[in-house]
Amino acid sequence: MENQNLNLLDRALGLDGPSEPWPLSGRVVLIEDCVETSGSFVLHQLVKRSLSPTSSNVIIFVAFANPFSHYDRILRKLGCNLVTQRDNKRFIFFDMLMLRCPDEGKSSEGGLVLLYEKILKTICGLPGDKKDYVTIMIDDISLVEVAANGGSDYVLDFLHYCHALTSEFDCSLITLNHEDIYSSMERPTLILQMEYLADILIKAEPLSTGLATDVHGQLTVLNKGTSHRLGRSGNKIHNFHYKVKENTVEYFYPGSRV
Amino acid sequence: MADTICRTLRDGGLEGEHAPALTIKDSKASPFGFDVFNYVLTQLSNYILAGKSQSRGLVVVAYSRSPSFYVDLLKRRGIDIASSHDWIHILDCYTDPLGWKNWLIDKDISQEASSLSSFCQDVRNLDKLYSLIIEQGKGLIGQGKDRFSIAIDSVSEMVRHASISSVAGILSNLRSHDQVSSIFWLLHSDLHEIKFTSVLEYLSSMVASVEPFNQAAFGQRVDLENLSMLEQNFRKGKFHVRFKRRNGRVRVMCEEILVELAGIKFTPVLSEDEIINQRLLPKRYGFVQQVQFNLQLSEEERNERAKVVLPFEHQGNGKPIQIYDGRRSLGENKEEALVSTGKLQPDEDSGKGQIIYFRDSDDEMPDSDEDPDDDLDI
Repeated sequence: MENQNLNLLDRALGLDGPSEPWPLSGRVVLIEDCVETSGSFVLHQLVKRSLSPTSSNVIIFVAFANPFSHYDRILRKLGCNLVTQRDNKRFIFFDMLMLRCPDEGKSSEGGLVLLYEKILKTICGLPGDKKDYVTIMIDDISLVEVAANGGSDYVLDFLHYCHALTSEFDCSLITLNHEDIYSSMERPTLILQMEYLADILIKAEPLSTGLATDVHGQLTVLNKGTSHRLGRSGNKIHNFHYKVKENTVEYFYPGSRV
Repeated sequence: MADTICRTLRDGGLEGEHAPALTIKDSKASPFGFDVFNYVLTQLSNYILAGKSQSRGLVVVAYSRSPSFYVDLLKRRGIDIASSHDWIHILDCYTDPLGWKNWLIDKDISQEASSLSSFCQDVRNLDKLYSLIIEQGKGLIGQGKDRFSIAIDSVSEMVRHASISSVAGILSNLRSHDQVSSIFWLLHSDLHEIKFTSVLEYLSSMVASVEPFNQAAFGQRVDLENLSMLEQNFRKGKFHVRFKRRNGRVRVMCEEILVELAGIKFTPVLSEDEIINQRLLPKRYGFVQQVQFNLQLSEEERNERAKVVLPFEHQGNGKPIQIYDGRRSLGENKEEALVSTGKLQPDEDSGKGQIIYFRDSDDEMPDSDEDPDDDLDI
């Protein structure tokens, strides 16, 4: 990737190298956030990077949280036109806002099976050169759980099948979940399972020192270095602060801002 | 010690005895269990290929990775199973564990099976799974008295689809099958109730736990202080193994784990003396933690320190000394500045003040066990 204003997050994710093959191919990324520090901006950044002119990526965006117009508005400010990308078949938007499984039991599972089928068919229906460059993004998993009437087992099954897609098609899987929803549980199985599945864990959390005006929070990027294709690249951990602005997000190391 | 585990699995069980069973368990704080599993898998595969093990074949029950992952893994370790795999079979519980692909309306999406792997599309049915494992194992070793080994890459995933008792049942049945030489499995302990972990540990003859290198760093919000400890936790860990002997004796051993590019490495834990020499300052200081600043004194510094004149202290040369108290010029009121020795002397000039300083002892070493505030009566 050419040096188009790469920031610390790009470097932590290995996006500062060549854009082909896509560094996140075949990898599972989990973004964890909480009420005080929303991690949506990370998802938006990844959409922007995935759709950069130098890459061939196609995004299948499974949206449970917001409509298309919301993401379009935000990505425009970041310099990315989602309408154009949608028309070019590089940004495929699944509007899941109205997905509700009326009864418990089979229907919840059935709804997620259909969603999986839709994703699988979309990938298989892509032209040959695009099939290897798919990124599946899900915003967000807690709402998938709501749509499944709290059936976290079905959600885990669905995530397992999405994980299998990363192996079958070399696609990347990027999901967002809220850590604080599960913090009161004795054994937060869903989020723990997701952390085990993930190759890269990006955590957005407040500073340990509390609130600040110039710093909105800190990001910790844990790159487990697992890959089903290549050998290990070694576990790496990155930590830096960020500030979300109107048209951009600034990332900086602690203490480096004047 | 990891090699001890592998050798135990290699040697298998005696006639009429249950096969040795290994539980590898880890947690989020130190998620290297899968690396350990792959290490054991590779070692056992090498033993089988070399003809040095009791078992002649290996059935891998793959829940968390695809068969192609294991093909690549073994290939990187010098074992090419794509071309020669009459000794290994992978039961694929990963690609389509619940048969969702069978539900798909459009059945154009086909699945490729191979002689190396076969699908299991209903992981909820553990009786069926048991039959599949035994069938595949017998297929590898043929008729006769040979045995095979079994590796299950995630019983955590297995128990998501079945009850604890049925999982315990299948593992126990596999272990007691007379053609099973050895069996090992991986478990993420923080995903389950303690009951399930305990059940598996009771079923096992060896329990290998991966634990964080720095326990204190886990669970805290990241800051500059614990960041380096967290980094260390993702490169290193502790490896505890509990062996249950036939005679009932339990033996515990420890090693350290280092996760590198080439894979996982096991190193012996430094003895207590070695740790002390590496991490502690000289013993007389009594420190137990490595600190980032120098607390030692060099010889020169010690000498300089000894030369420092402490206020109100007699220098031992028989003469009283004058100390400027900052209020009057030197030379006036010399009586104000008299300093005496450690013993009390009757003061002949009772009208003037005196400062009597008793030095308690020589320098007390810092951080001694004794609390200097012990004598306070609050």
